[in-house]
Amino acid sequence: MAGKPVLHYFDGRGRMEPVRWLLAAAGVEFEEKFLKTRDDLARLRNDGSLMFQQVPMVEIDGMKLVQTKAILNYIASKYNLYGKDMKERAIIDMYAEGVADLELMVLYFPHMPPGEKDAALATIKDKAQNRYFPAYEKVLKSHGQDYLVGNRLSRADVYLVELLYHVEELDPSALANFPLLKALRTRVSNLPTVKKFLQPGSQRKPFDDAECVESAKKIFS
Amino acid sequence: METKPKLYYFDGRGIMESIRWLLAAAGVEFEEEFLETREQYEKLQKDGRLIFEQVPLVEIDGMSLTQSRAILSYLAAKYNLYGKDLKEKLRIDMYTDGTLDLMLMIIQAVFKSPKEKEESYALAVKRAKTRYFPAFEKILKGHGEDFLVGNQLSWADIQLLEAILMVEELSAPVLSDFPLLQAFKTRISNIPTIKKFLQPGSQRKPPPDGHYVEVVKKVLKW
Repeated sequence: MAGKPVLHYFDGRGRMEPVRWLLAAAGVEFEEKFLKTRDDLARLRNDGSLMFQQVPMVEIDGMKLVQTKAILNYIASKYNLYGKDMKERAIIDMYAEGVADLELMVLYFPHMPPGEKDAALATIKDKAQNRYFPAYEKVLKSHGQDYLVGNRLSRADVYLVELLYHVEELDPSALANFPLLKALRTRVSNLPTVKKFLQPGSQRKPFDDAECVESAKKIFS
Repeated sequence: METKPKLYYFDGRGIMESIRWLLAAAGVEFEEEFLETREQYEKLQKDGRLIFEQVPLVEIDGMSLTQSRAILSYLAAKYNLYGKDLKEKLRIDMYTDGTLDLMLMIIQAVFKSPKEKEESYALAVKRAKTRYFPAFEKILKGHGEDFLVGNQLSWADIQLLEAILMVEELSAPVLSDFPLLQAFKTRISNIPTIKKFLQPGSQRKPPPDGHYVEVVKKVLKW
């Protein structure tokens, strides 16, 4: 029997959070090994575990995967969250890349220098309200289905719902004008695997706080 | 008969260049519409073809695809450059994602101030020599095959050649410590479709210049 996937990262959201969400939504149990010091990172680099010397790294199916997009694509394919054919996959990819662009800003936000945070927050709010949320609301409105692509759950829905929660933490009224996005979020949140992940005690990480930011800085300096 | 894919972008490399490389390597003819004015860009938006208001845009098989990685993955699958199974596809995704990270450092640098641009270029060359090229040299050494994945040409090989040539433009001797990559570069460059693309008169674009930066800033109102 194959062992559980093992996630190597620091104890915070960072770039690993989308991987945690997708594995959880797919109902896959996973373990985590948290980097705490620069030596922990050095050790992984020295034993050849990190192809480009970087984390996230996920041990799965006898392989050591790096590059978050490659990891997410693999998990989505393996657990049938990637549409039914090439064309659906292209649309799912397009939607996921849009989420990724904004989510990257959001996940990086706590780690920014204090002087840059105000401008970054303004950009996040603006992009969410005027570019990304309207785009996804329009997609849902155009076909009237429960999920973004092909009338069934895909990685794009999971990723978007993660983004919606994270943006709302920074801007509580962010979803006010997007009823279909709210409905999608509720629907996805009620799926048994996601519901479990949203409860306290799961492996979902809280907003990267000051201590987490300090720790990451030390590891990656 | 299938219509040709149509590419919408500025008349320059940017993020579209990897897509041109992949189509050319696959031997697929494609059309291009170059964005030169703000009006052209606004028309694309008004027509609803830019889901996130961004180019590159590729119209292919009845879809208006944006987001370069989505486009590249689709083309790789369509033209059999994505390996033969899920594990090969995964390796191709890992390798191309790495090379795209490297190329983005160079692509984005052109919009920075002269000093920051030089710093970015220097960092890209350093990363190529100490992080990316050693990783690919190790892969080629490990299996001793002609191609990165599955002993046949894939998107990963095309992307790596593009990255090598891009870094060499910044620092000509950058492959001096990597004999297998040197051989790889020659071998992939000699594939007929790629050889043709590397010749003058192809749709390959030159490195960006001041005019290119001006047009982009004007069209996107930066």
